[in-house]
Amino acid sequence: MQYKDPRLLVQPSPLLKQQMTTHQTMRDLLFALLPVTFAGIWLFGFSALLVVVVSILGAVATEWLFSPAEQRSARLVDGSGVLTGLLLGLTLPPALPLWMAFLGGVVSVGIGKLIWGGLGQNLFNPALVGRAFLLATFPNAMTTWSTQVSGEGFFQWYPSNFALPFMQPHYDAVSTATPLGLMKFEQQSTALLDLVLGNTAGCIGETSGLLLLAGGIFLVLRRDIDWRIPAGVLLSAAIFSGVLYAIDTGHYPDPLFTLFSGGLLLAAFYMATDPVTSPLTPRGAWIFAVGIGLLVVLIRIFGGFPEGVMYAILLMNAATPLIDRYTQPRVFGKE
Amino acid sequence: MLALSTLFKRSFSHGIHPDEYKDQTAALPTQRMPFVERYILPLHQHLGAPSKPSVEAGQQVRRGQLIAAPGAFVSTSLHSPVSGRVKAIGQRRFPGGRYEQAIEIEADLYATQRLEVDRRPDWRGLSLDDFVSVMQGTGIVGLGGASLPVHVKYSLREGVKIKHLIANGAECEPYLTNDHRVMVERPEALLRGIEILHTLLGAEESIIGIELNKPDAITSLGEHIPSDRPFRVAPLRVKYPQGDSKMMIKSLLDIEIPKGLHAADLGIIMNNVSTIVAIADYFDTGMPYIDRMVTVSGPGIEYPANLIVPLGTPVREVLRFCGGLKAETKEVLMGGPMMGTPIASLDAPIIKSSSGILAFTAQQTARPKEVPCIRCGRCVEACPYFLNPSKLARLAKARQFDKIKQANVAECVECGSCTYSCPSGIPIVQLIRSAKSEMRGKRGKA
Repeated sequence: MQYKDPRLLVQPSPLLKQQMTTHQTMRDLLFALLPVTFAGIWLFGFSALLVVVVSILGAVATEWLFSPAEQRSARLVDGSGVLTGLLLGLTLPPALPLWMAFLGGVVSVGIGKLIWGGLGQNLFNPALVGRAFLLATFPNAMTTWSTQVSGEGFFQWYPSNFALPFMQPHYDAVSTATPLGLMKFEQQSTALLDLVLGNTAGCIGETSGLLLLAGGIFLVLRRDIDWRIPAGVLLSAAIFSGVLYAIDTGHYPDPLFTLFSGGLLLAAFYMATDPVTSPLTPRGAWIFAVGIGLLVVLIRIFGGFPEGVMYAILLMNAATPLIDRYTQPRVFGKE
Repeated sequence: MLALSTLFKRSFSHGIHPDEYKDQTAALPTQRMPFVERYILPLHQHLGAPSKPSVEAGQQVRRGQLIAAPGAFVSTSLHSPVSGRVKAIGQRRFPGGRYEQAIEIEADLYATQRLEVDRRPDWRGLSLDDFVSVMQGTGIVGLGGASLPVHVKYSLREGVKIKHLIANGAECEPYLTNDHRVMVERPEALLRGIEILHTLLGAEESIIGIELNKPDAITSLGEHIPSDRPFRVAPLRVKYPQGDSKMMIKSLLDIEIPKGLHAADLGIIMNNVSTIVAIADYFDTGMPYIDRMVTVSGPGIEYPANLIVPLGTPVREVLRFCGGLKAETKEVLMGGPMMGTPIASLDAPIIKSSSGILAFTAQQTARPKEVPCIRCGRCVEACPYFLNPSKLARLAKARQFDKIKQANVAECVECGSCTYSCPSGIPIVQLIRSAKSEMRGKRGKA
């Protein structure tokens, strides 16, 4: 029998591998955010689509420009730039001038990720770095909320979207307040049903509570995100605001309002769960999540801003290395 | 019923659930591999010092005759697997790829290959010390993978009293079914071996730990256990690495062996089921350790099989017996897919630790493109020893050997759960392994 040896690889074990990859996780996140994005576009009209697309463009262009030539195509398909841009876009008000959205995308990827050394190295959530930059630089534009169009007047856009760079944007009289703003400055509550369905003013992607929840549960079931983080954030926010509500029902918002208003759901499922900027160990994840929930309630109720989710996450991002250091797993057989 | 109880079985924490791929061979009865013309017996196929050859080139040897004596206390004997003539003693391929001193034996094609034993050994009346020296003469090593000469485990320190004898039948590596077949086909031999060890040790209880994916082994052993003996079968959750000795002790007795101590210090001795069967066989027939069970399987194998193979048989002959490699085979592993060694040349022989010969195609050998670690923590949740594999891999890559030592790299058993679970395609355990071997090299030189 003629028997010729095949050319054999000498590649060390293990040869088995589970199926999930980092790219797949990013794709799942994008899929999970699609319904929310479409809902935002439906609720706020064509302008919302423009803001989201432009912020993604800003993020992707920065990623492309600052990647080594041989890695460019690989980095574009790994999806992290698109994801950062999309997450940023969803946290922007729909009437934001487009050039600001673009700049936000540039800052998110450039300052939020690339100068740290790229994917996996950054300390802070890139999308939130971009948003914090915009809020600090353009406080007016970032807190001007438009009323919803809900499908009617879908193709009417806000003139402010097309403000020229560095010019004062012109707003017409359609601006209104978010549920959190109403609560904070006018002691006025919003119906829970409106919060759940998204019939309120706010950022493009933060209003539709049900869709955010559905996408988040999809991600937890696919094991794309650590379930402990959304669970910890939402539980601790609910419990802390519940305690306050129990003390003075007239003065403080009820826990359900806390959960469904503002960006808490978007942040709990899609931003706090960013593995790069959250602790590595299960115990660390709980500490991190509970810290975010607590800070959100503190900032919203006792701080100067109506919304505190962004700062809560950025603060806990900063604490992540410390949390990691003190929650290293106990080695087997060691007291 | 078994499936439901899986959920409630006590087990170690962390670990992974790879696909098992055992169906190819789990139901195949064991076959004996015919004798071939040439056998290669490396002198150093166990932990400890190499054996010293006691034959010379050109000398005739009988099957079962001693051909190399232990080189130290932690070392064992080597016997000829075949009647024939010593062709040479020299450098031969070892499965890992390097060359090692080995005895090459040319089989006598006309010999009956009957095992001639002067007298059957008797274990009754042996003291534990006698047993230790008898075992060193049999060449039996731990067959679970580490290849520690079996007598070393039984030379207990002064004052140690063994309470539990554990027979490890977890066989948690995917594809492998040789321990499974031994338990199904030879439950009496396993129980005879347990009886011998249990009596010699004066143990209080003997436990056979078997993963729940081998229900036939669990029933057949359960039926054969004599009712008056303190032996029991303990079904275990199917989880990798259930067969790791510390993990199995945790699963069975809920004892976490403290760092730096051995199981024996806590009154526990564990052996692989095949090791125990080899001990029983020696006392039954006087046969030293010259044959071993090998599972030949994987997508690159034409006819998968569970085989009894004489030690020293070249891998090429084993593959030929199983119909040869398929053309699309890319890699051949000796051992399981998680911890096995890649075979560099098919001339390498079957050695005492060769539990399997697995052939894989591009589907298994293709490596995902490595992307940066995103700190998802899956490796941390997979590591059964509660280490931080992502950190170890980072330090190994940066060659920060002092820091990696502080990060408890010594506790890593290289089970590969981290690499399995990494979504970024980082070869974590491979990095740790090479850092460890580089550190060993440095220590040797210093």
